[in-house]
Amino acid sequence: MTATTDRTFATPGDVAGALEDVDYLPDARIAQVVFLAERLGKPVLVEGPAGVGKTELAKALATIHGRRLIRLQCYEGLDEAKALYEWNYKKQLLRIQADQGAEWQELEQDIFSEEFLLTRPLLEAITAPEPVVLLIDEVDRVEVETEALLLEVLSDLQVSIPELGTIPAVSSPLVILTSNNTRELSEALKRRCLFLHISYPTLDREKAIVLARVEGIDDHLAEQVARIVRTVRGHELKKPPSVSETLDWARTLLALGISDVTSEAVTDTLHVLLKYQTDIEKVARDLGSD
Amino acid sequence: MLLDVLGGFIQELRAAGIPVSMVEAIDAMEALRHTDLADRQQFKAALGATLVKNVRHHEAFDTAFEVYFALERPAPTDATADPTSSAASGGDRGQGGGDVEGLLDALVQALMDHDDAMVRAIARQAVERLAGMEPGRPVGGTYYLYRTLRQLDVDGLLAELIARAVAEAGGDLTDLEERLIREDFEARVDQLREEIKAEIRRRLVADRGREAVAKTVRKPLLEDTELMHAGRAQLLEIEDVIHPLTRKLAARLARRRRRRRDGRLDFRRTVRRSLSTGGVPLEPQFRAPKPVKPEIFLLCDISGSMATFARFTLQFVYAMSGQFSKLRAFAFIDALDEVTQYFEPGSDFAAALQAISTEAEVVWLDGHSDYGRSLEGFWTRYGGNLTPRSTVIITGDARSNYRDPQAEILGDIRDASRAVYWLNPEPRAYWDTGDSVMGRYARHCDATFEVRNLRQLEAFVEAVAEGVPPRRMLQPVSD
Repeated sequence: MTATTDRTFATPGDVAGALEDVDYLPDARIAQVVFLAERLGKPVLVEGPAGVGKTELAKALATIHGRRLIRLQCYEGLDEAKALYEWNYKKQLLRIQADQGAEWQELEQDIFSEEFLLTRPLLEAITAPEPVVLLIDEVDRVEVETEALLLEVLSDLQVSIPELGTIPAVSSPLVILTSNNTRELSEALKRRCLFLHISYPTLDREKAIVLARVEGIDDHLAEQVARIVRTVRGHELKKPPSVSETLDWARTLLALGISDVTSEAVTDTLHVLLKYQTDIEKVARDLGSD
Repeated sequence: MLLDVLGGFIQELRAAGIPVSMVEAIDAMEALRHTDLADRQQFKAALGATLVKNVRHHEAFDTAFEVYFALERPAPTDATADPTSSAASGGDRGQGGGDVEGLLDALVQALMDHDDAMVRAIARQAVERLAGMEPGRPVGGTYYLYRTLRQLDVDGLLAELIARAVAEAGGDLTDLEERLIREDFEARVDQLREEIKAEIRRRLVADRGREAVAKTVRKPLLEDTELMHAGRAQLLEIEDVIHPLTRKLAARLARRRRRRRDGRLDFRRTVRRSLSTGGVPLEPQFRAPKPVKPEIFLLCDISGSMATFARFTLQFVYAMSGQFSKLRAFAFIDALDEVTQYFEPGSDFAAALQAISTEAEVVWLDGHSDYGRSLEGFWTRYGGNLTPRSTVIITGDARSNYRDPQAEILGDIRDASRAVYWLNPEPRAYWDTGDSVMGRYARHCDATFEVRNLRQLEAFVEAVAEGVPPRRMLQPVSD
């Protein structure tokens, strides 16, 4: 329904292929959900532990479509002035002062026009002339009430500004929301989205990710890294290693010139993989050589 | 046709406790229009993304999906031909129908080669030959699974696979390498188990129809699982969700506490802020209110029947310890001992529990619960520490084996503290039956709660951490 200059995909397999080309390795489910999101024009709510590539997915999608990525980083206390739009009151003041003695009627119409509107990510995403990828990151950080700000944009692709009326979308953006699941999101928000849970990758996929992302690593080392990380995740930890930590660890091993991982090497470099002392001790005790 | 099945499927999801709205059902239909229905994975992903919006519901979704969209016909060609023929190639025993050994050999080989298709085919054969399924029996399939796995001797199988792999690798392996190999094969055997389960389900559905099977395999969602009657696997799962659950609860409480607007005016900041509006204090600034954090005394019955419940309560409350100004834990069976020291920050929870069961002096006579004596012990030894800010939480079934309940001591405890709450994992209807003296204790409690599942436990801890006054908590937490 939109005149896009970018590619549309015929099958989920095409999506997967395109993502792989930019070194994002999706599993079948990710590809399918992204495919559906584009077909149905629905936002995707991506949930999962930190560091499994939720934000990366949005970036990769922007890259394969050659679209601009607009990011709204959520935090506690985010309000519409930061998410939607804000009136540029300084400029409005200047305008008023520059025009002493002008008719109020005229002036009012003037200062509440788009010229004085500061667009924030949500408004920017739907008024962009060309379709963009809108990333609403860590949406679980905002309060439940603030979620309501998103609903109009997500379901109707429009923003209502009391002084200007309703601003409809110029192009339909591809919307990705991410959540670390620190709280339950509202039903209203969930209902409007497709839901995608990304958890830690399977052994084979993690190995492939390591191979794709870490330059100069060989198959043997990548395999070992993936298998050891799986073992580490099997422990009861405060913070299991994420994919990005796996990659950091692989790079560390490579930099240290380790081509075959021994339990000493694991113990020595464990701090790259784990971030809590108790976790490190626990795993070291279990995997250590003695 | 598809519409009917989908309708039934959504009904089943709702019956399992997953909230599926009208809009979502329509979305699912819409999504299927863009989905290659022949591709089972795609099909499942499309339904999952549109119908289930909570990770905790995924398991129930998977189960329902397997029942409703089981491959109706277990593709007869490869089910019969493959495994036997390959077994036959290893010798001449695979010919007959009932040769378990041939099947086992083929299975070991398939697992060694990581040949998924072959494993699947063998799983089918195994169910066919070993499960001894009888048509028409209204069972959920666990029994068939058990029977099949036992005859395949899965543990022995795993040991053999590992031994073989180690030998193949040339014997000389470090501990780490051996461990990695073991985990590889454990994963493969798990997969075999899943295949067998799926096959059993397929056959059950073919025999008895979707609705009937769905009903027998339907399990309550994790948060509704009875803590006292949960199986081992369920306990592990519950343990997995406790941590995220408490993290969520803590985040929620912290947020609410910070946003509460009852702080005093911060004059300095108000004046400073007023400079930007020409000295007019448009936005008054408030000092962040000092949160009053409750002080908790947690008394847990850790006798045999109550141990699991005590464990979850301890785990839950300790995960929330940041929400309390002080948290002391006591364990009792027929004597009471303080166990706070085992849960120091950074200590390992499982290790702490282990230590308590071996070191703490909680058994005086015979290891049967004696609430009266335990309360007396608490009152004489620790009663002096109670202040009007202390909240006392007691967990247990109040089954005191017909010993003197000494309920009046609980009255003393209550007088010395802010509130006394009692958590009982038994259904309310069972209270005061047999040797339960719940009613006599309840008289001295500010509130009593039936806490049979995680959902109720979470609601209770939230109310306590929020500092809800005892009188308002009287509304018992229930489903």
